[in-house]
Amino acid sequence: MNGIPFLSLITFLPVLGMIIILALPSSKVKEIKYTTLLITGIQLILSVFLLANFNFTSTGIFEQSTFQFVEKFRWIEITGLSWLGTVKVDYFMGVDGLSMPMIILTALISFIATLSSWNINKSIKGYFALFLLLDTGMMGTFVALDFFLFYVFWEIMLLPMYFLIGIWGGPRKEYAAIKFFIYTLFGSVFMLLVMIGLYFSAQEVLSDGSKVFTFNLLALMDQANYTADGILSPFNPNNLRMVAYIALFVGFAIKIPMFPFHTWLPDAHVEAPTPISVILAGVLLKLGTYGILRISFPIFPEITTQLAWYIGLFGMINIIYGALVALAQKDFKKLIAYSSISHMGYVMLGMASLSTVGINGAIFQMFNHGTITAMLFLIVGVIYDRAHTRGINDFGGLASQMPVYTGFVTVAFFAAIGLPGMSGFISEALVFVGAFGVDTTRILAMISTLGILLGAAYMLWTLQRIFFGKLNEKWSSLTDLDGREYLMLIPLAVIVIFLGIYPSAMLDVMNSSVNELVRFVSNGFQNISIGGL
Amino acid sequence: MIEVGLNHYLAVSSILFALGIYGVITRKNAVMVLMGVELILNAANINFVAFSRYSNFGINGQVYALFVIILAAAEAAIALAIVLNIYKTYANVNVDEINKLKE
Amino acid sequence: MSEQLLINISLIVLLLPLFSFFITVVFGKRFPKLYLFETGIISLAFLLSLVIGFFKLTTYVDSKLAFDFTWFDFGVVPVIGEFKVELGVMIDNITVIMLFVVNLISMLVHYFSIEYMHGDKRYTRYFAYLGLFTFSMLGIVLSNNLLGIYIFWELVGLSSYLLIGFWFEKNSASDAGKKAFLTNRVGDIGMFLGILILFTTYGTFNFDKIFSGIASGVMPFESTAWLTAAGILVFLGAVGKSAQFPLHVWLPDAMEGPTPVSALIHAATMVAAGVYLVVRIFALLTADAMLVIAVIGAFTSLLAATIALTQNDIKKVLAYSTVSQLGYMVMALGVGAYAFAFFHLVTHAFFKACLFLGSGSVIHAMHHEQDIREMGGLKKKMPITYATFLISTLAISGIPLTSGFLSKDGLLAGTLAFGELTGHWLIPIIGFTVAFMTAFYMFRLVILTFHGSPRNQHKFDHAHESPKLMAVPLIILSALSIFIWYTPNPIAPDAGWFLGKWIETPSTVVPEAASFDFMINEDPAADVIHSEKYEHAMHTVHYPAMGLSIGLAGMAILLAFSMYQWKKINPDKIAESVKPLYNFSLNKWYIDELYHASFISGTLMLGKILFWFDANIVDGIVNGSAWFTRVMAKISGWFDTFVVDGLVNFTAFMSGFIGLTFKRIQTGKVQTYLVFVLFSIVLLLIVFRPF
Repeated sequence: MNGIPFLSLITFLPVLGMIIILALPSSKVKEIKYTTLLITGIQLILSVFLLANFNFTSTGIFEQSTFQFVEKFRWIEITGLSWLGTVKVDYFMGVDGLSMPMIILTALISFIATLSSWNINKSIKGYFALFLLLDTGMMGTFVALDFFLFYVFWEIMLLPMYFLIGIWGGPRKEYAAIKFFIYTLFGSVFMLLVMIGLYFSAQEVLSDGSKVFTFNLLALMDQANYTADGILSPFNPNNLRMVAYIALFVGFAIKIPMFPFHTWLPDAHVEAPTPISVILAGVLLKLGTYGILRISFPIFPEITTQLAWYIGLFGMINIIYGALVALAQKDFKKLIAYSSISHMGYVMLGMASLSTVGINGAIFQMFNHGTITAMLFLIVGVIYDRAHTRGINDFGGLASQMPVYTGFVTVAFFAAIGLPGMSGFISEALVFVGAFGVDTTRILAMISTLGILLGAAYMLWTLQRIFFGKLNEKWSSLTDLDGREYLMLIPLAVIVIFLGIYPSAMLDVMNSSVNELVRFVSNGFQNISIGGL
Repeated sequence: MIEVGLNHYLAVSSILFALGIYGVITRKNAVMVLMGVELILNAANINFVAFSRYSNFGINGQVYALFVIILAAAEAAIALAIVLNIYKTYANVNVDEINKLKE
Repeated sequence: MSEQLLINISLIVLLLPLFSFFITVVFGKRFPKLYLFETGIISLAFLLSLVIGFFKLTTYVDSKLAFDFTWFDFGVVPVIGEFKVELGVMIDNITVIMLFVVNLISMLVHYFSIEYMHGDKRYTRYFAYLGLFTFSMLGIVLSNNLLGIYIFWELVGLSSYLLIGFWFEKNSASDAGKKAFLTNRVGDIGMFLGILILFTTYGTFNFDKIFSGIASGVMPFESTAWLTAAGILVFLGAVGKSAQFPLHVWLPDAMEGPTPVSALIHAATMVAAGVYLVVRIFALLTADAMLVIAVIGAFTSLLAATIALTQNDIKKVLAYSTVSQLGYMVMALGVGAYAFAFFHLVTHAFFKACLFLGSGSVIHAMHHEQDIREMGGLKKKMPITYATFLISTLAISGIPLTSGFLSKDGLLAGTLAFGELTGHWLIPIIGFTVAFMTAFYMFRLVILTFHGSPRNQHKFDHAHESPKLMAVPLIILSALSIFIWYTPNPIAPDAGWFLGKWIETPSTVVPEAASFDFMINEDPAADVIHSEKYEHAMHTVHYPAMGLSIGLAGMAILLAFSMYQWKKINPDKIAESVKPLYNFSLNKWYIDELYHASFISGTLMLGKILFWFDANIVDGIVNGSAWFTRVMAKISGWFDTFVVDGLVNFTAFMSGFIGLTFKRIQTGKVQTYLVFVLFSIVLLLIVFRPF
């Protein structure tokens, strides 16, 4: 068991696949597709294997010894720089309860998105090569425990995503791709600044007793490692930790996407091809909230407690604003995009509660949103492939033409509405229980419950406009789902229902880590000066 | 009777020099220009010899004059060869029209 | 039979319909005959519930069987400590009675539907949905905690949505389904918040644990006002599900669903779930909460009754009468008449299911004609339907010897006692007014449908008595509307086993200061409902209430006969003379229009405005900053080209310029150069004057 670098394997397997694909002649379409499927399939199996060998009681978050499947060795070492001292960057990966659900989600969504990519017919070789690179970026971000490595993976994702939208997208693909790219890069710049600021504020003690500046996330969480005068050191009376926190938060918030940084999302979704929308909604959005939980919360615990209410406030705005705007949409895909914004608001609300229940709910909601929204985008893709339109009002009465499809749509829609028995209910309920149970976010939680109603309103209205009523004769030739589409939708539907009935399967994975995180954040850093703006 | 002194020599050489310059500048024919150059050189020679005679340089002036004569001979030989070549190329030796240096 | 075995059987009863739902929904297309399997499963569930009922009501009549399991466990949590979420089932007498009611009516509706729905293109799917509904409803009944109830609460909402919109080709049907779901959601949000308040305070969803928490003096956020709020918020769930004002609007529309569904879901069981919920949380209701509940119930019953007076659709009349009766039950709970409220729930379930199935029988016979103005005289064609319908109508009108008389009479007595004890006399006044109206509009319905001469001869000629499979459920249900099943004495409801032995009113756990006086038992040893005071008040008003309600019902029936049967009074003339009132009633108080103009349009408008805001302001800022960046780029590009690069080019240009200028001097003529040399020397000589 030990000694096999599982995390590197699961992360860089897609790169291997990419190399294979690049070596294949572009005429070998079938081979390229099956290579991708095989690679993502192996990745999925590996992720399940990791879960099977995952120790549920090990907490993670803070102590390296409590992380699992840890890989750590020196990656970059430059000595003898006069004023910088020694630059040392570790290749440091590990898994805890925070990242485990995300790893499974990434592997699962990648596999399903591969299936959904089957009818891509424009420069297939390039598409799948970029797709696999994207996969590596996502997986790497979730397993990295070194800020530098995290940042590298974070940026790696950007490039393939840009091309995947910009080349294989819809009519306004260039606009959407550039908007996505610049927006995300804008956020990354903040992250980079904070990363460098942190680097010069904390020193890690090496085994030989010497001290070096560090990017190690776990070292950055330890108050003792900070220098007395670092710009982001809690001991420095004039520190800029508040500013840094907000900057870092903006960097992550763009990815969530949080109001008012959300407008790239509808454009990107509408223009992106179906599998890319699936990846975008299914995995990429989670990186924002994951980053906040993994980096912002434990590195800046004292500011997190101070600003929790604002996070919750923006969560609430996301929930209600996203739902109301979704209500006004006429494009099916754009509607789902706005519903994503609404649903990610629950994640923020849950996090803001800083309670075990709320954060468990938030992470669970991240996972559930991943599966449910992936399903919704696949559903949009199915109908778009057939009808070449996404206008909600163009349809009507499809339920009698495509009954099985309608069945899956109903499952997905009701899961999105948060119907008990489906996973979305558990996570939303936990978010509310968590947020309501804490004084800071109680009012926010109460107002946010409106989102439940609005969510049901736009979903059911859409269901009615597309599927109910008299069948429009124009669509009487549409066919029901084919085998490949079953293969994409059934696993997701099964997961959604399974987790709705037996949520412990996922909650147990994350619970001890979340408990540790809450304990860590609420203990905070002691005897420090809180830097004002 | 006025005694012939240094100033007289210098006056002659000045006149010669001026004539030489005039020849060099005004003549169109390359041969005439060369002759002007000879005049200038000889004006210089007169100066050398005159200064040598009326000062205590010994015979240095005379020696330089000899060198100049030799040089003038060599110069005349080379210059005439050039003029000949120019004539061969352009079929005239009018310096006004030979302005290749401009380019 | 051991307790554990009973609980296991109850779990089997719960899961059987779910199992059959899955089987039917997945394989229904390939095996259309699966509807028989589904019906069989429900019948089995009914038999098992009979078994449970028998043993519970004999062996364990005074005990409560409960079983909890941990759904998910967070372990030791910072700040809170041990934290886990439990679900569980509980079997008490109310549960077994509800199990019996739900399973019986569900089974009868299945039988009825086999004929009624025959030939529908989604026949099997229909039965699958019925299975899903039965499962969810049983879940509500069996849950011993608020979370479980909430879960199944939403699931019944789903099955109701699916069944109302079953004929989704009709826009009105899918509209009604959507409306039902969303209106219920409004109530559910309140219920959810109420649950959150209770859970945050007591750390559990379990009823008994919450009650003991309250009894120990712990108040939500240290205030009884929050306890009142929690009670009212949870009650909001009931307002939605039991179609109480202001969320009653969905139920009449829900009649777009198939009629047996209306009987099962929108008359007998699901809508009663709201009342059931209030029954469950009864012990934690404060005086204020109870008053709110009573007022809402009373107002709803009045509102619905006034609307029912003028409706012409057979199902709409029944729908409003359902709303009205549900208002009755809610009102009864509000005034503390707990046992009678539940009793009325049960009796109403049977006679209303019978009425709906009867109307289904009529509609079936009339080829989907629902307008009572097109009917008449069906008595001769459909004797069984008529007889059962009539018995149920007598029951709902509160005529002696029926079950409805027993429950309604007790309930009205409760309101009178409440008026006497607290001075809120308006509530009993409304109660009796509604009793009068109920008898009137129900007999109007019976007379217009079955009596007189047919008004549409063509449809009448094709009408026929329904087949046995439809008639038997009617007979069974109407039989259950007779007093004998509940008590041997037709005028003393509490003399029998139902109220006397099975239903025990829980004592309140609310602190005395926040509770009605009459709810507090001065002498805990005394075997009384609430208190001696309350017992006494109930006792004194019992017979007056009975007399009054019989009198009012009789007058109403007489009035109905004289207007519609004997035509002594012309109803049209009355309608004409109070035209505004008539239209007000006919148009359902314009509440739908009001909601549409305010909430619905408002929300949609807000959505549109925000979308505009999103696309133009938020995105405008984004695009604006992109535009700004581009302009800046252009400016700096211009600067680069013309200023920075300009300097570079200027240097080059100047060099070139100077070169060109001096080029002129360079004639290529040696002589010219020489002149320059000479000139320069002379110039230098003049300037420096070496002499």
